[in-house]
Order: sequence, then C-alpha cells, then structure tokens
Amino acid sequence: MKATVLVRPKQGILDPQGQAVSSSLRHLGFAVGDTRVGRLVDVDLQTDDRDEALAQVQQMCEQLLANPLIEGYEIELEGG
Amino acid sequence: MNDGLPPPTIAVLVFPGSNDDRDAQLALERLGAEAPRVWHTEESLPRRTAAVVLPGGFSYGDYLRCGAIARFSPVLRAVTRFAAGGGLVLGICNGFQILTEAGLLPGALRPNASLSFVCRDVPLIIERTDTPFTTRCEPGQELSIPVKNGEGCWFADEELLAELETRGQIALRYAANPNGSVGDVAGVFNADGNVFGLMPHPEHAVDPLLGSTDGALLLGSLVDAARLSVAVPA
Repeated sequence: MKATVLVRPKQGILDPQGQAVSSSLRHLGFAVGDTRVGRLVDVDLQTDDRDEALAQVQQMCEQLLANPLIEGYEIELEGG
Repeated sequence: MNDGLPPPTIAVLVFPGSNDDRDAQLALERLGAEAPRVWHTEESLPRRTAAVVLPGGFSYGDYLRCGAIARFSPVLRAVTRFAAGGGLVLGICNGFQILTEAGLLPGALRPNASLSFVCRDVPLIIERTDTPFTTRCEPGQELSIPVKNGEGCWFADEELLAELETRGQIALRYAANPNGSVGDVAGVFNADGNVFGLMPHPEHAVDPLLGSTDGALLLGSLVDAARLSVAVPA
C-alpha cells in the first residue's frame, strides 16, 4: 500500500519560502494572498492493512518525517 | 590556565558533509586540548573524552531537514549517553541543528527570514558567564563572531521561549539579528547546562589574522571546563 505524507509549516511559523513564492506569483499577475511551502513524501509500505498502514506512517511522521515543533502533517492512504 | 594538568580530550565528530571539523580541531588544539576527530560510525567516544564538539557543515546533505538524519548516527547514541551523564557537549551551526533534532537542545532551526545564506561577523551579547562554556567572558560582554548559514533562524513558540528565559537557558543573543531568530536567540543551553548549541562559529574567530579572537573566549572556556572535569572525575 502507498501512503502520501504532506508536511506543512505550522501556522504562525515564519515561512520565507512561501513569501517568496507568493511574491513571484503576484509578479506573474496572479491575485494571491499567503502561500505556504511544505514537503511531500511518498512511502511504499509493506502492509495492505489500512489501520496498520496509518499507525506506521503516523509513527514515521512523529519520529522523522515532520518536526512536531514547527511542522504539521497529513497522511493520505492509497484508495482514499 | 594549564596548572600542569594534562591536555583534556575533546572529541570532534565528523559526519559525511561536515566541513568545519578541521577548523574546530585546530582551534581546540591551539587552546590546549587534544581534539581527535571521530567518524560518525563509531559506537563509542575516545577514552577519557572530557567534551564533545559537533561541528558545522551539511551532514548527510541536510536532506529532509538540517540535522534530521545525522541524529541516527551510531556516534550520536554515544553522545546522548555522554550528555545524560553530565558530559559537556557543544554544537556549532549544523551541530546545533543536529542537537535540536536529537532532542538534546530546545527549539528548531528554520530557513533564514531573508532566504539568503548569511556569511559575516555578527555582534553577540553573552547572557550567562557562570556556565562551562562562558567562564572566560564578562557579564553582558559583546562578542564578534561570524555566522555562515542558510537555516539559522531559531524558533520556539511563546510558551517554550518564556520557559527557557525563566530557566536561564538562553546563552547568546544577536545584537543585530541576521536571520529572524525569535528573541534574537543565537545560542541555547539544555536544562542541565551541559549541552550548548549556537549558530555562530567560534572556531572561525580564534586568530587575529581573521579579524576577531572572541571565539576563543567560548572555546577556551570549554577547554578550561574539560580540563577540570578530567582533574576531578564526576
């Protein structure tokens, strides 16, 4: 089973990359407010059990994929 | 400062991508320490290690987040045990990032507010002089030490920052903030005061030829403390 992890800077955390991107989008003529830049991690898991998969990926996020002090995360499992 | 005591051993760790380990070694040796470089795959620290330095650089290519991968090195397990026993640990720049990722120091380091790599001397204010890392400094002394980083913006939420302020864990502040760090924080201690991390590079400020020798005040304090810890085993 495949999982996708979306890691985002938490609200209130300065995100200079996001600021640079929104500024560039405005230069292109797009009317945009804030832009936040995060990270996407695709993980190929050895299990097909959804509960097991979710539990594993949650642990991965807590232990490595996100830094809980500055980042939040969302997990999407294959098949919705 | 020698008092006839043998030179203390201060281990300088080397990760794939470390690039300030030789400067750290040279600075510590000039200040009277023996400073063996220790490869990241080592399971233990050299015998009679009195202090450990994690140098600057780009360990493991700074993949994922700066310092996030290096904390899984075998040598970091040895450092974690060493710190838990009260051993002195200093993290400089990437070494600071590794120590925060490893949970040995509070806070996290984020991209500089300017998004630019900042490489210049910065003025710093010493917050504490009663720690093993700062005894050679005067209270409130201003130091000039270079920073060189892209991700030196230290972050702690309001609650954590207030706790650290109350407990005296803020070690150093920027007199002119180069990167957006909250509270102008340039360096912090752990709760027990035996682990210290900072973004500026004291090892690049030990020779008058390069402008400032203020880095020798911090590293020299560490050498003094390491020498004492050998003389009086815990």
